[in-house]
This record gives sequence, structure tokens and C-alpha cells, in this order.
Amino acid sequence: MDLLYFTEQPMSAYDEEAGRDFGATALMFSNKHFDPKEGSRLYNEFIEQYKLAEEVGIDGIMLNEHHNAPFCMQAKANIFASILAAVTEKMKIVMLGNPLPLSENPVRLAEELAMIDMISKGRLVSGIVRGGGQEQLAAGVNPAYNRERFEEAHEILTRAWTEEGPIRHEGKHYQNRVINPWAVPLQKPYPRIWVPGVISKETIVWAAKQRYPYVALNTSIEETKKIWEFYDSIAEEVGYTAGPENRGYLIQTHISDTEEKAEQNARQFRWMQGEFTGLAHPVWSTPSGYSSPSNRRAFVEFSAGLRQNPRGRTTFEQQVADKRIIFGTPDQVVAKLKIILEQTRPGILSLWGNDGKVSQEDSLTCIRLMGEEVFPAIREIAKELDLKSPDEANAPVHLKYSTDLRKPAVAAE
Amino acid sequence: MPIEWKESTHKVAGTNLRVMEAGSSSPTVILHHDIGTLDKLPFYEAMAVNSHVIIPTHPGWGLTSERPEWMRSIRDIAAMYRMHLAEQGVTKANLIGLGFGGWIAAEMMTMAPADTGKVVLVGAMGMQPKDAYILDMAIVGYLDYARAFFHDEAKFTDVYGEPDGDMLEGFDICREMSFRTAWKPYMFSQTLPNLLQSATNETLVVWGDDDKVVPAECADLFCAALPNARKEVVAGCGHAVDMEKPDELAALASAFLNA
Repeated sequence: MDLLYFTEQPMSAYDEEAGRDFGATALMFSNKHFDPKEGSRLYNEFIEQYKLAEEVGIDGIMLNEHHNAPFCMQAKANIFASILAAVTEKMKIVMLGNPLPLSENPVRLAEELAMIDMISKGRLVSGIVRGGGQEQLAAGVNPAYNRERFEEAHEILTRAWTEEGPIRHEGKHYQNRVINPWAVPLQKPYPRIWVPGVISKETIVWAAKQRYPYVALNTSIEETKKIWEFYDSIAEEVGYTAGPENRGYLIQTHISDTEEKAEQNARQFRWMQGEFTGLAHPVWSTPSGYSSPSNRRAFVEFSAGLRQNPRGRTTFEQQVADKRIIFGTPDQVVAKLKIILEQTRPGILSLWGNDGKVSQEDSLTCIRLMGEEVFPAIREIAKELDLKSPDEANAPVHLKYSTDLRKPAVAAE
Repeated sequence: MPIEWKESTHKVAGTNLRVMEAGSSSPTVILHHDIGTLDKLPFYEAMAVNSHVIIPTHPGWGLTSERPEWMRSIRDIAAMYRMHLAEQGVTKANLIGLGFGGWIAAEMMTMAPADTGKVVLVGAMGMQPKDAYILDMAIVGYLDYARAFFHDEAKFTDVYGEPDGDMLEGFDICREMSFRTAWKPYMFSQTLPNLLQSATNETLVVWGDDDKVVPAECADLFCAALPNARKEVVAGCGHAVDMEKPDELAALASAFLNA
């Protein structure tokens, strides 16, 4: 099992009152509320967290990026991946991931990732995402072509990594007449690609057709089981049997020396006014074209006040009861995670350890306990449950490298 | 006598194009806004009294309109309409372009000035304002955007009725088509100002005095680019002159087209 540490890299020093007054903490919420002095302090604290994570034996760091919002300070995940490539020695660098549609030139992205893979000596996991709705607007990218750009950029990325150059791509959204990057990945055929998501069916289908692991982001146990059921059914159609190596799970988990302190810090998972990504604006988070009109309708109605928020709102207590937020001492956390592992059987587990205004001292304690006490116990449980990571299972990097398909591989769409 | 409307569907550029028509004599194509259109509006009825009014639904706009996946620009829509008119044997049609439809009308003019009659551009998009920006629908709500079309926002409800799910989904689908065809640059063409310099058709540029969607300076930019244009401003009126002051617009347009 791959055991990872994740933080959203919260910009905890922003003015919350201003966010509440504005009514949204995304896209148009002014960056005058971003303080670069605090930003500098926080970025360096995150680097300290990641270095400790390696010292205490955590397998990898999960990185992501978001734009125009305080809930996540990473505007370019490749920058932190580059830093980790240089300041760490053993850990996997897990991008979850690069928002492909935001890229105007996927060849450049292929070059950056290849450099990170070489500098890190083959420790890169190059996850990819569509990017959130408001990310499209922040980058000036047309949301109506989000999925098409995602799939086309993926094609360019993997061709640039695997085909001898120079090659040429003339697609609908990207035209690269000379693709011949003098930086290619160390890992062959290419660094593993994992695909994170919340529940988008189209993305699950796409990931399963590529045979890329799907990483469920803080979904409930029941939702997660439905995702696997769906993924597995697509895998069967394509001709392979999915297992733990195809499944990742991210969960908000804070560990402390005492249950009381753990709970106090776990409440910070709701620091963005109880919302996953802060106070959202339904028109920005689900722009027209970003998904199908029928999928959008509930958000469109919500935006006009004709119905409740389709994402729903749950209390901290409910999220704890649903095991979507876990906190406690190492023993308590291991017991709760064991239930999740038994029920959802992932081969990749990422703990979202710290959020909001959790102090650096408490964040470091959480990471130390995670690496020294929680993960060793989880490794044993994973062995008992036979939860293998993609590497442990020697899973193919992509469907086309499969040797076990029950019928000839069809080109993934 | 009530106006009789005829609905028809035509295959143009491989896409089913829905058209509403009424009236007789001089052909006049009316091109609707980016938020789609209701089938019947007082302005359409008024124009059908003295002309053969042809109102296509922009392909992909609205709940039931077939989406042309291939379409990428306003010029694509303009070319489609040109082909439709040619196939129907309609020559020298007048064009009335409403907001976003005004941009399509302007593109159609530049494609075939000799096969275009007179042109009325009403709060037309298509020109890049220098002192302000065209209102960005991407960052405002569906109802807020549609209401911004009116000087008196209460008029929105008079025209559209109380909002419901279908109305909103319709606005959302129209918005997606606007993104698919006019995302970048947003709602203007960088080449139109030059092309319009050779479009000698008589043109009436009409603007509401309180257009909150397309800055009023765009009226002057159209007049500066077009060799044969003049401007009329409608008082107490927003972007959707056709819906907020239908009688005034019909009077202006009819007098201009029939002069």
C-alpha cells in the first residue's frame, strides 16, 4: 500500500471576515486579502512538513493546485514537486494533479514533469485532473471544452513521453507541429498516472478505460463503494479485473497526542466556512459547459435560489459519524482507518492531515505520529487485507501495456 | 388580424436549423440575443406586419435546439445563415441583429454586402470597447445576466414570467453555446472593425441609453467603422431594446427599412 501525506496548503492568514462579507472565497474574492509575508512563512512551513514526512517514513507527498482562493496556496503543483525532487530522497512525489485543460501547451508540461522525474530519480506519480470550474475562469480557459482538452492534452503528454521525436499533433484544441522534447521521463514507459475525483461518472469511466487508479477524494464509505463498483464494471467491459491497485482514497485525518486536541484541530477541516473549498459561487464552480446540462441543472437552479445546495451541508458531527473526518490518538485513528480499509479496500491511502489554522507545531506532531505510529500499523493491516499499491501489484501503467486482458485491448477513448 | 407564424426545420451545414417565419414582402432576418429568445415577442409581431420576418434559432441555443458540435465562431453562424438564405432563394434580406445577434448580422454584412439589404444593429456585440468591458456572463448568475438586459429589471418578469427550472436550464445551454463560439476574445472580433469599412449598406445603429451589457461607446465604434451608418438612442432603455421598448424599436426599424 502507498501511504501518503496531504495538505491543501491553506492560506490560513487571509481575512475570513472579508470572505464572509464578500459571500464567496473563490475566483473574484480579491487577492488584496493575500499577504505575501504570511505566504512566505507558510510556504516554508509546508516544506518543513514535507521534509519531516520523509524523515518519519511516509511513502509520499500528495500535491495539488488551485487558483484564486485561500483554501489552497499552491498555484502550480509542479513547483512544489520540483522542490521535493531536490530536498527529499525517497518519497514518491504524487501530483493529484496537473489540471491538463488549463495548459495551453501540454508539451511544456511534459517537459516539466520529465525534468521532475529525472531530478527525483524516478519518484514522480503524474496525476492529472480536469481542474475545478472556477479554475477554468481563473486561467481564461473555455469550460465548454474542458473534457475535450483534458483528453487531448493527455494524448499529447503520453505521446511526448513515449514516442521518439520529432512527432506532430494536429488536434481540435492543440496543434503542436514539432514535438521533440529534450527531456523525457526516467520511468518507463512513463510515470504512473493517477486520477483523483469526487464523483464525476465521466471521469471514473475515463480512468477505468485507461486502467489508471482513481483516487476518491474524501467521499463517504458508501459513495466510495459505489465508485469502485462502477469502476470495476467498466474494467470488466474493457477486459481486466480491477483491484486495490486501481483504488486510492483520500481522507481528512488529524492525529494528536490526545483525543481532545485531535478533535480541536480536526474542526479546522471545516475552516472554510464548512465547505470543502470555501464559500463557493455556483455559477463559478459549475460554469456552463463544464459538465452536461442535466448534471448542471441542480446547480443552475441553486444559483437562482430555486433549490437547496445540491452538494448539501453536513455538520462536523455528521462528517465524523460518516468517517469522512477522522481524528484521535494514533490507536484511535488506526482503529477507524481499519474499518475504512476493510470496507473500501484501496491500494493507495492519502491522509489529509492538517488544514486551516492548525499550528505548525501541531501539524508536525500529526505528521510524526502518522509516520511513526499510524502508518506502520496500517501497513500491517494492508498486508493482512492484501491491499497492494500499483507498484506492489506490478500493475501496468496504462491499459495498452496490459498483458492480462481477457480480450484484445481496444483503444481507450 | 393576428400574425400567422410558420415553423420549419432546414438542414444547413449538416445541422438542423429551426426557423420561425411570418408576414410577406421584403425579407427581414431577425437575429436574437445570446440568452436565446422566446418564440413570440411583441417586437417580432410588429415587424411581421410589413415584412417577411425570418427568425432562426441560433443552432444549439435553447432546450430543444440541436447542438452543432463543430461550430466554433460567430462567423460560422453567419456563414450558416448566408447558406440558408441562398438555399431558400432569399436575396438582399434586411438584417436586424439584437445584441449578440447584432454581431452575427455585422459578420453577415461583411460576407456579402451586395446581397444584404439594410441593417439594424441593436446594442450589438462584436466591437471591442476601449473605455469599458462587455459584461462577462461567466461571472454573473443566469437571472442576473438576463435581468441586466433591462433598464427596468422588473420588465424581465413581464416578458419572461416567473423563473423556473426549464427557463434556467435554457439560459445555461445558451450560455454554453456563447462560450463555445465567443469565449476568446470575449464577445468581440479583432478583425470586424476593418472588414466593416467596406460594408456600404445603409445601417441604423440603435442603443438603449442604459445598456448595462454592451457599453454605449460600441455604438460609436460601429458608426465610425461603417461608411453609411447613423445612430439612434432609445431613452429609458437597457440592452434589450426589442423587449423593453418593442414599439419604439419597431417604429425606428420599420421607418428605416421602408424609407
